[in-house]
Amino acid sequence: MNNLVVMPIVLPLLTGAVLIFFREQIIVQRFLSLVSVVVLIVISFLLMQQVKQEGIQTLYAGGWLPPFGIALVADMFAMLLVLTTAIVALCCLWFSFRSIGNPRERYYFYPLFQFLLTGVCGSFLTGDIFNLFVFFEVMLMASYVLIAHGGTNIQLRETMKYILINSVSSTLFVCALAYLYSVLGTLNMADLSLRVAEAGQQGILNVIAVLFLIVFSLKAGLFLYFWLPGSYSAPPTAIAAVFAALLTKVGIYALFRTFTLIFYHDPGFTHQLIAWMAALTMIAGAIGAIAYQDVKQILVYNVVIAVGFIVFGLAAMTSASLQGAIFYLLHDMIIKAALFLLGGAVIGIAGTSQLKRMGGLIRRHPLLGWLFFLAAIALAGVPPLSGFIGKLQLVQGGIQAQMYGIVGISLVSSLFVLYSVMKIFMNSFWGETGESPIGGESQGGGALKGLLAPCAVLIGLSVVMGLGVEWMIPYIEAAAGTLLDPYIYIDAVLKE
Amino acid sequence: MELLMSVAIGILFSVGTYLILSRSILRIILGTGIMSHGSHLLILTMGGLKRGAAPLLSEQATVFTDPLPQALILTSIVISFGVTGFFFVLAYRSYRELGTDDMDELRGEEHE
Repeated sequence: MNNLVVMPIVLPLLTGAVLIFFREQIIVQRFLSLVSVVVLIVISFLLMQQVKQEGIQTLYAGGWLPPFGIALVADMFAMLLVLTTAIVALCCLWFSFRSIGNPRERYYFYPLFQFLLTGVCGSFLTGDIFNLFVFFEVMLMASYVLIAHGGTNIQLRETMKYILINSVSSTLFVCALAYLYSVLGTLNMADLSLRVAEAGQQGILNVIAVLFLIVFSLKAGLFLYFWLPGSYSAPPTAIAAVFAALLTKVGIYALFRTFTLIFYHDPGFTHQLIAWMAALTMIAGAIGAIAYQDVKQILVYNVVIAVGFIVFGLAAMTSASLQGAIFYLLHDMIIKAALFLLGGAVIGIAGTSQLKRMGGLIRRHPLLGWLFFLAAIALAGVPPLSGFIGKLQLVQGGIQAQMYGIVGISLVSSLFVLYSVMKIFMNSFWGETGESPIGGESQGGGALKGLLAPCAVLIGLSVVMGLGVEWMIPYIEAAAGTLLDPYIYIDAVLKE
Repeated sequence: MELLMSVAIGILFSVGTYLILSRSILRIILGTGIMSHGSHLLILTMGGLKRGAAPLLSEQATVFTDPLPQALILTSIVISFGVTGFFFVLAYRSYRELGTDDMDELRGEEHE
């Protein structure tokens, strides 16, 4: 029992509730939400150190012991994700101070942001699969409002599709839970894992596994990503960056959790299916990323490619591939947020998101240009930056698992990633000044500097992750160890 | 009884799917509502329909009904109620802004 485990959920929830009362005092709202996120970073760092030293931390809500009550479980994988979530949230919040605009701030942007964090952290920490559904819904509800927030035509239209897709997939989630409960009679994930091991995973359990795969793939954008490009390009920059960094990652987390802890007995069937979906996701994402001439669309399709890439680590299920996937997941959260924020700054300065109408931005905004360049090569995985190690380990793991075809696809898709982001860099920063009158003068260099600071922090973090691999490895190894050996998790949850 | 419920759930799901596939936003929202009712009934049926006494220790009964599916359904109903409410408000707002409730007419400029 460790009461600290519940803090990453309670803190944003309470902050969000308090912020509602300060609707007109925007300065107070900003200050409180900043303090809350900084405290969240400190708490999750402390908790991560505890998990490292003392093993998995648990909290049984109301003192009800596991198979019956609701358990919160903080293992290393979840804690790494919570910590990264808090850091990304801090930078996106900082960026939104300058960019989100007064009307949105007055209409509860900051409370909604905190509720989104509640849902995300809750999904990472819960040890009960029905609660995973509940926290998913908390997160989705906040995200529905955030996408529609501001109410421009394109936002209204895309929110409509986004809600429809997600409410259908939530219905399927509930059905999958119903089947799972009737077959196994429990909803605690550790207990589920034991009972699947007893019953043997075949027949009906495989059907349920595939149902979960469909549900989580819809949320993560794995193969079933058709809703993603529209919904992620509609909202303003700061919100789109949070979505790209956090929302699909929650789906990926759920895939990792269910398919390493519960449904890992028949990898020839389920993990083969996941591998195919990952491969198709990478191919389709790469086609999208090179097809468009629009900054937002290119970045959005890069999100899709990364999903395929990370989930391929799950499909291979070797120690190296899982470590690589975890490392790449953390890297991707940080660098996707940075790229979306920088892309938003580029669009803001150029006044258009069409590459053909931009050009020559580097003359007036050299810092923005070089930051974008660094983010782009970090995304593609050039060695001193953080993408490289994860990619290397993923490829090694894939070769160990003898999945040569998918390793090939992933390497080629990395080249397309590099090409697509370099296309943005070359078209917008190099060449003649674009035809559209550059709005940079009116917006002022000072405003832009305020926008660049959070991006610089994220990119600096990416460099630190790349150079400090030695320091990161023990944490990543601990996280991958828990995923590879479910009994570590089960013992920690069910021991008392 | 379970068989009858299964058929009812199947009908609810097919009605929901049919409504979601139509073009009018109102019908789509009703479709998601009906579909989520189907899934709630599914939880109830899969948990086993009522066969024992209320799950209270003082009742001294030999067979108890499982209380968990009802708790799950309650949570799930609240969530789907909230989502449906928000969806209706959004549909109304977009009708006011965009002047149509036809999904096909919402297309407009793709990447403005």
